[in-house]
Amino acid sequence: MGDHTKKERRKFLDNGLKLGIAAAIGGLGISKITSKLNANTEHNSGEKMELMTVDGTLIEVDSSEVMEVQHAEDHDQKYNVREGMPNRKFVMVIDLAKCKNALKCQQSCNKHHYITGDNAWLKVYKMQEEKDTAPYWMPTTCMHCDQPACVTVCPVDATFKRKDGLVLIDNERCIGCRFCMAACPYSTRVFNWSEPNQEFTLNMDMVNHQYSPEHSGMPSVKGTVDKCDFCPHQVQKNELPHCVTACPNGVFYFGDKYEDTVNNGEETVRLSKLLEEKAGYRLMDSLGTEPSVYYLPPVDRLVDFEDGLEEYNEFKSVDKPE
Amino acid sequence: MINYDVLLKDLAPKKFSKRGMTWVIFLVIIIVAGIIAYIDQLRQGQVVTNMRDYVLWGIYISNFVFFVATSFVGSVAVAILRLTKNPWRTPFVRIAEIITVAAIVMAGITIVIDMARPDRLLNLFIHARLQSPITWDVIIIPTYMVISMLLLYFPLIPDFAILKKHFEKTKPKWSKWYGKLSLKWTGSAAQKAIHAKSIAIISIMIIPVGLLLQTIDAWLFSTTYRVGWDSTNFAPYFISGAFVAGIGSLVVVIYVVRKAKKLEAYITDFHFDKLGKLLVLACLIYLYFNINEYVIPLFNSKKADSEHLKTLFSGDYSIPFWIVTIGGLVIPILVLLFKKGRKPFPMLIAGIMVVIGAWWKRYIIVTPTLMHPFLPIQGVPESWHSYFPSLHEWLITSATLAMALLIITLLVRYLPIIPIQRTMDEQEMFKTENIAEL
Repeated sequence: MGDHTKKERRKFLDNGLKLGIAAAIGGLGISKITSKLNANTEHNSGEKMELMTVDGTLIEVDSSEVMEVQHAEDHDQKYNVREGMPNRKFVMVIDLAKCKNALKCQQSCNKHHYITGDNAWLKVYKMQEEKDTAPYWMPTTCMHCDQPACVTVCPVDATFKRKDGLVLIDNERCIGCRFCMAACPYSTRVFNWSEPNQEFTLNMDMVNHQYSPEHSGMPSVKGTVDKCDFCPHQVQKNELPHCVTACPNGVFYFGDKYEDTVNNGEETVRLSKLLEEKAGYRLMDSLGTEPSVYYLPPVDRLVDFEDGLEEYNEFKSVDKPE
Repeated sequence: MINYDVLLKDLAPKKFSKRGMTWVIFLVIIIVAGIIAYIDQLRQGQVVTNMRDYVLWGIYISNFVFFVATSFVGSVAVAILRLTKNPWRTPFVRIAEIITVAAIVMAGITIVIDMARPDRLLNLFIHARLQSPITWDVIIIPTYMVISMLLLYFPLIPDFAILKKHFEKTKPKWSKWYGKLSLKWTGSAAQKAIHAKSIAIISIMIIPVGLLLQTIDAWLFSTTYRVGWDSTNFAPYFISGAFVAGIGSLVVVIYVVRKAKKLEAYITDFHFDKLGKLLVLACLIYLYFNINEYVIPLFNSKKADSEHLKTLFSGDYSIPFWIVTIGGLVIPILVLLFKKGRKPFPMLIAGIMVVIGAWWKRYIIVTPTLMHPFLPIQGVPESWHSYFPSLHEWLITSATLAMALLIITLLVRYLPIIPIQRTMDEQEMFKTENIAEL
């Protein structure tokens, strides 16, 4: 009995399913045909049109058949902010021998990225490894690592690595989990703990501005991460990053690894030669992050370390208005 | 031998006593305060917390890790004891299942509280990237949540059928609900076979998923370069810590429920003794991993490692570190090693110490590491050099703990807290065994 009803049921379901599929296909067919018919009766104008095909032969078609074809988007030509500038590889060289903590770089960076928080993106660290070793000033930007730990851990692809070497942040996607900040060994990332209020405190005009990850801090977004972006907005204008131009001592060199040239605003030099002659190194290279920022050791210094102490403030890196 | 009616009367859900009502109101007040604080956090941003760019994770994350750890009790106490056929688990498996559900649900909520942009929660699915340990968490937490709910629900089905009958006349409305939840359970042999098989499958499933959950939780930390987190020891260290936190919470909840519901006849000294042995085993394993984590690095101490350890042993975090290590681990071990220490009351004290220790332990794992970045902390306000949770953080965290306790309280109120059917079956078996012996 039980078995019998089960079979009946199955049969019923089976038939029902078949019927349903048939009906669906039928319906689809009918609607196709009617649309065809409609088109024919409405638009067949009898007017002919001469057209040339791609291989150059002339053909004649009814003008009602002619439709505008949407152009396929040319992905090669459209600039993709996540891919970056083609055939470039941006690098920076920081010459520690020249740095005397003038902090012009930091001030310029703060200004042009509209930083309203308490933590500057560009830091100049007072460094001294051991009691017996010499102290020196060490500016740091984002290292734009080729193996970026921050990008690996980001759960939503808000921070990304581009072909031109830049590591940028999409502040419209970031969920504010701060995992990238925990992952970055260079403590380079800062967080917008509250509303940045840039328009209010800095009189920033944001009305007709289109957000792009290529200009961090324009605007900063509450609850998301910010950091040094290597100033691609400057590169687009064929200009050097703000810190490079602001530095009075020519500490920062910015350039393209593929061209093997870097420029500090005063001179253009061969990257490979500079690194070779001055024994360039990268910060915490042993971690395997492969930074895009190279350092030149603080040797043969023209300035006293003590001169920099005047500007040094352990608890402040951003000047507030008033 | 307790007969059927007494058993039912003892174990069927009962109304809250006055004390129970007060407890619920107390929890609700804490929760409301926390919700207000959270709304303010949403309005103003995470600036209301004392987290900043250096200590970028604080009490929310450590509380999250605590909840995740506590939820492990379902995998250990329930599934493993079930699979190893330890009959003494019967009177407290359900409590363990309830704790598991409450803890994992609250873990899910707590991690969202830490997110600065909860409005973009869906990005975790829309733009998910499989290489991020957070995505692993997004996968494993809901999975564990579902399995732990099933593990609570399945063994309840026969009990719901019993309760349906029990409340038929006295509380028809209740009876109807219990009836719906019992899914037309009749107790036929066919149903029993499916039931037993399903529970066996769920019990097996929850073990690897539970282990993975703790492991992924550890990997959230150990996949970074940070000194104190970058440790291959971390996953087993977290698993054993979860073992401790889970069993500790179980002991405390069992003690309170037994007292409140007068279940001394069901949860006896014998059960406490057994549970005490399990807890001391957990603590000993955890101690072993603690030694691996904190003592061995002293020998080849790299500069950063020893700086970190100094903070814990004699620096800013030495007081919580030693309280947690001695009060939350060593003393409970010493108490529980002795038979007298495994009586209910000493067990309660040991359990409370273990749970409080387990909570602060997570705090000590998360915060001190962040105080030691690779580059020195410079150019930020002095207050950023240290961390102690703000009022908002305390209110919100207390609310999450209260919410977990409220979930447990309500489930204890409405569910038969000791499996009725199982207890009956076991006593039946016991009786027939006795007769056979005669």
